[in-house]
Amino acid sequence: MGRLMRAPDSILPLQALRLGYAARGLDILRAVDLRIEDGAPTLIIGPNGAGKSVLLRLLHGLLPPSAGEVRWSGDARARQAMVFQRPVLLRRSVAANAAYPLALAGIARAEREARVRAALELVGLAAFAERPARRLSGGEQQRLALARAAAMRPAVLFLDEPCASLDPAATRVVEEVVGRLSLGGTKIVMTTHDLGQARRLAGDVVFLHRGRVLEHAPATEFFAGPAAPEAGAFLRGELVW
Amino acid sequence: MQDLASAFSTAASLVMTADPAVMRIVLLSLQVSLTATAIAALIGLPLGALLAVAPFRGRGAVLVALNALMGLPPVVAGLLVYLLLSRSGPLGNFGLLFTPGAMVIAQAVLITPILAALTRQVLEGLWEEYAEQLRSFGAGTARAVPTLLWDGRFALLTVLLAGFGRASAEVGAVMIVGGNIEGFTRVMTTAIALETSKGDLPLALALGMILMAIVLGVNALAQALRDSSRRWAA
Repeated sequence: MGRLMRAPDSILPLQALRLGYAARGLDILRAVDLRIEDGAPTLIIGPNGAGKSVLLRLLHGLLPPSAGEVRWSGDARARQAMVFQRPVLLRRSVAANAAYPLALAGIARAEREARVRAALELVGLAAFAERPARRLSGGEQQRLALARAAAMRPAVLFLDEPCASLDPAATRVVEEVVGRLSLGGTKIVMTTHDLGQARRLAGDVVFLHRGRVLEHAPATEFFAGPAAPEAGAFLRGELVW
Repeated sequence: MQDLASAFSTAASLVMTADPAVMRIVLLSLQVSLTATAIAALIGLPLGALLAVAPFRGRGAVLVALNALMGLPPVVAGLLVYLLLSRSGPLGNFGLLFTPGAMVIAQAVLITPILAALTRQVLEGLWEEYAEQLRSFGAGTARAVPTLLWDGRFALLTVLLAGFGRASAEVGAVMIVGGNIEGFTRVMTTAIALETSKGDLPLALALGMILMAIVLGVNALAQALRDSSRRWAA
């Protein structure tokens, strides 16, 4: 039960306290209270426009909240990473892409190369190391984005709908890698609109609807019978918006 | 018509035989314009990249000024540098006026705004794409500038070539600050202007042909770079 013993330098739990975000006078998130613990992946689900991506960006610090705050349990800035729905790859080789954030973090070359090699092997791209990254297929690009994030050895990895534009085979590979990272001790916080994916990966589920968290429960409980009526409707495919 | 035909054939032989006087002029032209492009690049590229990524008050005004400076008439650039370098000017003590050094400065002044403005245009699109990811990596503006310069390298090479093309084709600035002194500050454009007005068409034509060849070569190179960059940019 090593998981329960919080390492002294852990940055979790991560808390959102009355977190709000408004853009052009429109409330996108309202009074979100959330506590994300170490452990199995946390999946944020909800219909389109629920505010999932904005919530991830607020947690990761890419957007400034208009209300409330994001609170980490330690100095988290350098210990988190994010993979976006559309991978942003630099106009460099596959290996250079994976090495970039490591160089930025001041990691020495030898260590950098070892980490890059391991990360590319993890996602099955070791043979492509010297190829131009932007010539990879969509699925390969997303795997590279994952490898790049993994090489940073983040304590928390945010994934924003990483499989939204991938075919089923590529999706399966990404899920496998995410599963392995999670087992390796990286806390996964991921949004998805794919309920099957949420079922396969989630330790706990956050259900977001119209900018509010309506339910946060262990995955088994949530999928057995969600407490919030909107969540039930969403699971039955009746809640589209 | 007869004159023109013989002028052409004399010009062709001047080029073919690599006439020493012609070659000296060509060489100096290349030296001056390449040096000016290098200096302008050292200032203009980082400046353009910074303008692409850094939000600051008055950015709009700076961009308008920069775009206006792109159209700076060479004679005006020449006049400004002349005033700076003339004996009574602030930099008069260096004795640079009517030397190749003065011509380098004048061309650099002329094309630095061009390089900066084009760099800004090229890198702004790239920044739009990269900004969120780089911030996620924890990269600040200071790190974003070299990253963008490197990732935009192919497009920036065409920017450099545009600057070099402009520098090597202008006549007004180098005429004013260089003085078109034979064997010392005479470059292709000033030589063409002088020889044409003197009526020595063969020499003017020979230099004109070489200048055209250089401009063509530069553009072919730019095209080739654009093609090869697709490999990386996809």
